[in-house]
Amino acid sequence: MSVRSLAERRYLPVLAIVVLIATAPLFFHSLFYYRIGALVFIFALAVVGLNLLMGFAGQVSLGHAGFLGIGAYAVAIGPTFFGLPPWASLIIGGVLSGVVAFAVGRPILQLRGHYLAVATLGFGVLISIVLTNEAEWTGGPDGMNVPHLVLFGWTVRGADVWYWLTGATFIGGFVLAGNMVDSPTGRALQAIHDSEIAARILGVDVASKKLTIFIISAVYASVAGSYLALFNGLVTPEVAGFLRSIELVAMVVLGGMGSVVGALVGAAVLVVLPQALTVFHEYEQALLGLIIMVFMIFLRRGIVPSLAATLSGWRR
Amino acid sequence: MTAELLQFIFSGLTVGAVYALVGLGFTLIYNASDIINFAQGEFVMLGGMITVFLAAAGVPLPLAALLAIALTTTVGLALHRFAIEPARGASPVALIMITIGASIFLRGIAQIVFDKRFHSLPSLFGNEPVRFGGATILPQSLVVLASAGIIVLLLWLFIERTLLGKAVAATAANRLAARLIGMNTRRIVDFSFAVSALIGAIAGILITPITLTSYDAGTLLALKGFAAAMLGGMGSGPGAVVGGLVLGMLEALSAGYISSNYKDAVAFLVILVVLIFMPHGLFGRAKIERV
Repeated sequence: MSVRSLAERRYLPVLAIVVLIATAPLFFHSLFYYRIGALVFIFALAVVGLNLLMGFAGQVSLGHAGFLGIGAYAVAIGPTFFGLPPWASLIIGGVLSGVVAFAVGRPILQLRGHYLAVATLGFGVLISIVLTNEAEWTGGPDGMNVPHLVLFGWTVRGADVWYWLTGATFIGGFVLAGNMVDSPTGRALQAIHDSEIAARILGVDVASKKLTIFIISAVYASVAGSYLALFNGLVTPEVAGFLRSIELVAMVVLGGMGSVVGALVGAAVLVVLPQALTVFHEYEQALLGLIIMVFMIFLRRGIVPSLAATLSGWRR
Repeated sequence: MTAELLQFIFSGLTVGAVYALVGLGFTLIYNASDIINFAQGEFVMLGGMITVFLAAAGVPLPLAALLAIALTTTVGLALHRFAIEPARGASPVALIMITIGASIFLRGIAQIVFDKRFHSLPSLFGNEPVRFGGATILPQSLVVLASAGIIVLLLWLFIERTLLGKAVAATAANRLAARLIGMNTRRIVDFSFAVSALIGAIAGILITPITLTSYDAGTLLALKGFAAAMLGGMGSGPGAVVGGLVLGMLEALSAGYISSNYKDAVAFLVILVVLIFMPHGLFGRAKIERV
């Protein structure tokens, strides 16, 4: 690979996204826009992680909202019951998610295709059932309040501040993920995606590579979950629900599996569209279902890869 | 003590029969097309809800039930024709997402067309419980069990004794070979979607007098029916039936003896345990993968 193409592939998207995040507020007419932007970055962060698992390692998870839930409840339970600062709770949530992913991932990741999908689904639903039922810790179906995030004695509040914080975190997660893709682990994962058996024959430790990426994607989701809870100031078991897991997968597939930029696009579409369609509030569910179906049928590769294919077609 | 146990077993068998029917629907579609249809629970919901609303509009109950079954079957066919067929050749994840999208879509439509409340239907033989060995059982439960038995029997006769049934079995065994000898496998997938929807609608109508129904009743039913199919071994008809009954009983027993809060968790624990320790279920066969 030539130096130029590496630079083009690695740094151009990062630069583009930095510019996009920095200039987008020029078009924001109210704090509401900042709020939507922050939500897009939060979900995009979770989607970048899930995309590593789905797009690069070729493993599906229909239960990733479970990790979103662990992160979200960590920043609620930590300060409320143990007097921990929110930022420490966020880190503890991430570590906890990693440990859970390690414990669950070992047996589950041996499964393939449909079976893996269903096992992860079962895991996710179990977490949301626990969060709903352990009411003395989680507040049950009504959820619980989350304190403000305090960083270095400075309280984070206001949608515009959150916009910059989540935007910066997203860029960090994005760059890390990009590095991961180009690392030996990333190449091994792509080999697993293409042919698991061929990869094993070449000496790739398939089980441990899959587990590694599963844990990483769980930590991404957990951090996103913590941010979501801190940003909303409130957390309910819905954050870990089956529908949330589906939304995350839909964001990955809409944006384009295996495309790190796609994560942002997928998250943006599914966060902004329902807001734009609030006039049709009654039809929200039906529309979400319809959008998922239409995209899966007509744009199977996702928005970004389909666009890229069209563009490179023009260039030639 | 035994009376209590018997009581739990009765209620477990009733719910289990519904899981079994949903599981059978899954199995039919999976065998014909390798697709896991997460909209299966929506067929059950539609069967119940359409009957409720037609009956409320003054249509006589039997006619309302028949219309509901016909409409749901049409929805099943439409799902295949307009959502699954156009996506032929897509990855398993994409196909799963399509059926999940369809299920969210149908739920959203049901929410608009019907309402968000719980609804019930009158029982076929009244609500006077039948005493049996110290426990009681609702007449409607007996109706559910008997109907489930009849459906399973009819389905078995159909697969064993009719040409179309044999074509379905052949497609399930080897789709390529079936197509090579001139079968229209597309028609057969059409057919299995229709039959799955039909079975789901019947299950929905039968269970509504006992468990009530609402626009969002489908999701959990789909997941549990799927757990049933998985427990029995994906692709095995008898497996789905046994899996459904076992799952229903496990749920009832754990609700009775452990905690009713965690009743819904049983199905998902079962899924995880089965997948991890015996991935082929109770009746499934190991698939050998060629490289």
